[in-house]
Amino acid sequence: MIVAEPKPIKELLEMVKDSNRILVVGCKGCVTVCNVGGAKEVAILASSIRISRKKLGREIEVGEHTLERQCDPEYVDELKDMIGDYDAVISIACGVGPQFLSERYPSSRIFPGVNTQFMGGAEEHGIWSERCAGCGTCVVHYFGGLCPIARCSKSLLNGPCGGSSNGKCEISKDVECVWDLIVRKMMEQDRLDELIEFKPPKSWITARDGGPRRMIREELVK
Amino acid sequence: MNDFKPQIVAFCCSNCASSAANVAEGMKKALPDNVKIIQIPCTGRVEILHLLKPFEEGADGVYVAGCQEDSCQYVSGIAKATKRVTHVKKILEELSIEPDRIDVFNLSAGKGQEFVEVAYEMVNKIKELGPFLQA
Repeated sequence: MIVAEPKPIKELLEMVKDSNRILVVGCKGCVTVCNVGGAKEVAILASSIRISRKKLGREIEVGEHTLERQCDPEYVDELKDMIGDYDAVISIACGVGPQFLSERYPSSRIFPGVNTQFMGGAEEHGIWSERCAGCGTCVVHYFGGLCPIARCSKSLLNGPCGGSSNGKCEISKDVECVWDLIVRKMMEQDRLDELIEFKPPKSWITARDGGPRRMIREELVK
Repeated sequence: MNDFKPQIVAFCCSNCASSAANVAEGMKKALPDNVKIIQIPCTGRVEILHLLKPFEEGADGVYVAGCQEDSCQYVSGIAKATKRVTHVKKILEELSIEPDRIDVFNLSAGKGQEFVEVAYEMVNKIKELGPFLQA
């Protein structure tokens, strides 16, 4: 899933300080799963904004709505009859959400309510970690099912580097050295010799480095 | 300010807190009338939104009263509630509101006196902080 973290409320209040009718829009996709942008979080943010304004003695109307997803036009269309009633819209979907809303409703002021972080999964409830960097050329099968592009600080394909120490990366003791994990995994699978084969420099052209990406599936396009 | 009577909402669990409330009643000890009790099956049921809503409606303070950490009827309810109260304290701070307007208390089932004392403690604390909404 895409994992995001909430923006500080102070930052959001500053964004909408001149607005008296605000719509908070959530998303039932990834941000619901990582507890940052679902229906519950829409209600919490809306309540927080109302409390803040009440304290200041200012009137405010805060609407709440959660879309199935904010990355599909069919769902974004659902807002067409209500969005015009608001001065400002806070989208607490991932970065795609505010952009899709802005494209579909160009006369509305759309604000991002979260900071999108990474593609990852849950280690346990409440703890998510990065697993995929979207490099466009997945080769995790060469590394025992682990991804050195996303999980190695240097994205090495022929690791580990000299900074690997007791299973930790030199950048922080809180960061696991994925190459330590890869080597141990390959040893368990009796495939250590495969790591000896030199992996040539990666072509980053399929990653974001090659420019904004677009994918067309001809068999699905009408 | 002397005649300020804070309006306080208290979420009390059906186990330890409610048992303590019954003991208090038996001891003829009354709660202050400005503390409104909301009984819940377990403090673990209280969500962040439940804790914010009273402030949205103009309450001056909120507290959660539940079991001791090691004797929660539902094992981890009070632990979850405590984390949520801590989170709401952070939200209030970000909104430039005193985080002490919300708190959580661990009670024992037989401690009727404590049940009432907690209520008065909150009332006195909120009296010092003043009304949530200034006139």
